[in-house]
Amino acid sequence: MDERAVPQKNDKKKKRAVMRTVILAILIAAIGYTIYNSATAEEVSLLEVGDKAPDFTLVDLEGNDHKLSDYEGQGVFLNFWGTWCKPCAKEMPAMDRQYEAFSNDGVQVLAINIAQSDFEVQSFADQYGLSFPVVIDKTKSVMTAYSIRPLPTTVLVNPEGNIERIITGEMTEQDIEGFMEEIKPE
Amino acid sequence: MNLADLSSNLLYVAFVAYLIATFVFGGAVKGNKEGTFNSEKRWGKVAITITLIGFVANLGYFFTRWGATGHAPLSNMFEFTTAFGMTLVGGFIILYFLYKTAVLGMIVLPVALLIIAFASMFPSEVSPLIPALQTSWLAIHVSTVVIAEGILAISAAAGLIYLLKVVDPAKKSKQRFWLEAMMYSLVLVIGFVVVSSFFSLTGYEAEFTYVDKESQEAAITYAMPPIFGMNEYVALTDGAMTPLVETPALVHAGKLTTVVWSVLVGTIIYWLIRLIFRKRISALLKPFVKNVNLQLMDEIGYRAIIIGFPIFTLGALVFAMIWAQIAWSRFWGWDPKEVWALITWLFYAAYLHLRLGKGWQGEKSAWLAVIGFAIIMFNLVAVNLIIAGLHSYA
Amino acid sequence: MENLQCQCGHTNPPGTKLCESCGRSLTEKEQNSKLVDMRYEGTARRSQTYNKSVIDKIWNFFSSVKVGVSIIVVLLVAAAIGTILPQQAFVPASTEATIKDYYADTYGSVGRVYHALGFHDLYSSYWFIALVGMLAISLVIASLDRFVPLYKSLKNQRVLRHPSFMDKQRIYGSGPAAEDTLEKAETKLKELKYNVRTDKNGLLAEKGRFSRWGPYVNHIGLIIFLFGVMLRMIPGFYIDESLWLREGETRAIPEVPGYYLESKNFELENYTGEGGEEVFGEALDRVGTVAKNYQTDVVLYQNSEDALPGAADSQEVVTEYPIRVNQPLKFDGYAIYQMDFRLDELKAMTFALTNKETEESLGELTIDLINPVDNYELEGGSTVELLGYYPDFSGFENGEPQTATPLPNNPGFLVELTTPETPEGETSFITIQNTVEPLGENDFKLTFLSADTRDVSGLTVRKDSTLPILGLGGLIFMIGVAQGMYFNHRRFWIQQKADGTVLLAGHTNKNWFGLKKDLDRVVEYASLPAYTDQQDEIDKVEKAEKEGETLS
Repeated sequence: MDERAVPQKNDKKKKRAVMRTVILAILIAAIGYTIYNSATAEEVSLLEVGDKAPDFTLVDLEGNDHKLSDYEGQGVFLNFWGTWCKPCAKEMPAMDRQYEAFSNDGVQVLAINIAQSDFEVQSFADQYGLSFPVVIDKTKSVMTAYSIRPLPTTVLVNPEGNIERIITGEMTEQDIEGFMEEIKPE
Repeated sequence: MNLADLSSNLLYVAFVAYLIATFVFGGAVKGNKEGTFNSEKRWGKVAITITLIGFVANLGYFFTRWGATGHAPLSNMFEFTTAFGMTLVGGFIILYFLYKTAVLGMIVLPVALLIIAFASMFPSEVSPLIPALQTSWLAIHVSTVVIAEGILAISAAAGLIYLLKVVDPAKKSKQRFWLEAMMYSLVLVIGFVVVSSFFSLTGYEAEFTYVDKESQEAAITYAMPPIFGMNEYVALTDGAMTPLVETPALVHAGKLTTVVWSVLVGTIIYWLIRLIFRKRISALLKPFVKNVNLQLMDEIGYRAIIIGFPIFTLGALVFAMIWAQIAWSRFWGWDPKEVWALITWLFYAAYLHLRLGKGWQGEKSAWLAVIGFAIIMFNLVAVNLIIAGLHSYA
Repeated sequence: MENLQCQCGHTNPPGTKLCESCGRSLTEKEQNSKLVDMRYEGTARRSQTYNKSVIDKIWNFFSSVKVGVSIIVVLLVAAAIGTILPQQAFVPASTEATIKDYYADTYGSVGRVYHALGFHDLYSSYWFIALVGMLAISLVIASLDRFVPLYKSLKNQRVLRHPSFMDKQRIYGSGPAAEDTLEKAETKLKELKYNVRTDKNGLLAEKGRFSRWGPYVNHIGLIIFLFGVMLRMIPGFYIDESLWLREGETRAIPEVPGYYLESKNFELENYTGEGGEEVFGEALDRVGTVAKNYQTDVVLYQNSEDALPGAADSQEVVTEYPIRVNQPLKFDGYAIYQMDFRLDELKAMTFALTNKETEESLGELTIDLINPVDNYELEGGSTVELLGYYPDFSGFENGEPQTATPLPNNPGFLVELTTPETPEGETSFITIQNTVEPLGENDFKLTFLSADTRDVSGLTVRKDSTLPILGLGGLIFMIGVAQGMYFNHRRFWIQQKADGTVLLAGHTNKNWFGLKKDLDRVVEYASLPAYTDQQDEIDKVEKAEKEGETLS
């Protein structure tokens, strides 16, 4: 046999093995990725901790504008709520107490109501004697921008304007205190 | 006579023409002595002419009904199934002109007759379209599907002829059993047609109220004496037969009653045939296929699938997806009808791979073609009537 | 495995069945059979050649048609199982627990088993996706393995083949012929649109070779399609949101930043059986009402540039459009579909303030349930003050009225009624069913007069960026199947030996009937020797043998 044929054959063999490995690897990776994606499909949320908090502007019950970016340098405690949501109502007094404790330390609370009437929100605020601004997201645009699903959901925004933490469900007063501590400016 | 009446009269004409043509094709095949194909040719010509007349009348039915309803008559069980009978004959005509085989007509036409008769058992009055169907995609999607299914069904007919010839009726075998089972199931369709026609001619009706599976009160009208009663039924019609068995809410006793009546009457007819001729039906048909060229039947069966498969893909998958995207916002939703279209498609894909890659020709191929037809019929009948879904318009 | 040296001197890769050059049979099996196996031209499928490493073994596994068909069949059966009971997407339950209960309650033990096996969500189960993935692997590998050698072999076809190749073709004939036979055959074949090549004493006529690429083209289409399906899983490519929009409401469109949708009106129209619809009378009598149209008249707004979410009055009208079934609103890569509706949700309620005893009315008031105010002044100097509003009253908790949802399904009002007769006011709690007077018996009450309602449109918001890819895949697939199925690859080999004898062989990948028709015309014109279909001969012999067996 020709002597050069042997290394040539080995070369070919090697090339073939590499080709096959690469093709199989790509295909299997694609399938693995698809399965992984389909398994986690429902957990995908658009916002994640560390993201820039989407800016918005909403009007409170007194008619004042609240623009998120105006609070840069302060920690912002965004609480999405509705009057029908019992856990929301339960955590309100605690939030109010902690707001009073932290408001001088540069922590702002914005309670964002989801598209209810002024009357309902006003009566609720009066009933609970809320001292922090309560704004109404009439078109659910802020809710959409933050992809809020269950209520209550609380989004902690740090003084740099980034999302520090997302909490779904009811918080205890202790939780609230800890969270406010987290976003308190240095 | 208005357009709708004209339409149904044309369907009668087509039906009668197909019936006559069946016998002439049978005569053409039977009269043919081995080696001489002269009489087959002569009578074949007569038979295909009658078939063509019937087909033109059938097309006439289709387009006059289109005119009468204002939409393509493909929107409910009656319309779709009738169209399927029509395209089956259409597919046969194409293949007859390619291969000039009278025996194919002798098998296809009675099947088409059965299908049209089956269709007529469903409400045939002109009905309006729900919003989802109000688009030209109805005509585009459904007509493509029905044409494809008509052509694909021809392969089953060719397969059946192939099997009738190769399966030995004298020897006990699995093949003989299943071949006869096919014949039996065709007779069951006759049973359904006979029993439905009988009770509808005698005007039988029995009304009941019952409790459905969501625990809601509902009403039902039986068109046949109720063998099975719905869950917690209460009879409203005086003198109606008391159901023999009450079924749980999950089972639709009305449909079950229809099925049992059909099987009962079909079985009686089947055994009458067996008793009169003292032969299996497949053996009865054997003399007709004596001179069949197996090679040719195999090729016709394959050819029909080759012609039908791309059309089926286009109609049942591509057009279906485009329409679903427009109407339901997603091109695919795993609706039972969609799934069974996919199953049909996968099945024929498997057929093609087995034939091309594994050399499955002849008898194996013939069995597959017959199974393919069974899947199509399942999708047409069972998925519409039993498995509820978005496509349950009938 | 070693290379195979053919008698003609050509060296073939291992696994080859028919010599690439002359067509001689190389394996014993081929030599003994009456007809050669022409699939893939007798070339070695690449994977058969090597079978050493694990990679090679996996590769070979997926290259096999048997495996491919098995995957198809398993998929088919699995898909069928998924239709036995409705999938979870179609059942009226949404949480995992309620879905489980639904299957158990509705279908009994069958439902319980079905759910336990995960068949209620079969089509998105990891094993079903894995099966589809395996089919994709099989498509890629089996195609590569066959296409490459087939392409090479059809490209390098020789005109002259060995007689043993020719006489093992299904269509074969030999016999004496005139001297100009080859030329005449060439003329006729060219007339029939064959590509004719000649070499010394032979010719090769070929037509429709491209149809042999059909299967590979359609497999490419399928791969592209499956790739598109895979992309949909990546966030951003695909959006599926639902939006319940009430008449008069403006809402941000979920997952569509900067856009808002307002519902001006929802309309449901049924067939009446009158006017031009008499023809449907009989059908309508049988089934009752049939819907003719669902329609939501919407206005689409877009935030002006650099406007923030929530900013009022910063929206500009993009378009007004009636969304109907089959007519989605399309904008900027998104589409909004009319999917569902709910009729007659409460919107406003009108009451009369009446004296309980005399039933005399002191005037009427209408409470807007969407946006109530706190004070209603009546003409005669009476006022109704709204103290509390509970749109979906669900009972009292610690004496406090509760609302279950923000929707006015069961509105409850806590009101104070002040009339000239009762200037100090009377408190009353009113719901649709009854009135509670918590602070003692009142002289006046609010009598319900009428209600205004509004309809709710169920809309679906969709973006599917993969559609062009899926469309491309579908198109390529259709081209591939048409190419492979509606065209045939036909070939004739004709050779004339020195003594004038002509050898004639023909092959097609399908439709032998058509091939014979072509050949008949050539045979007649060029006076070629008669040919036979050797498959028919084999069948006849087999049949005769079979009959012989039964006789003896």
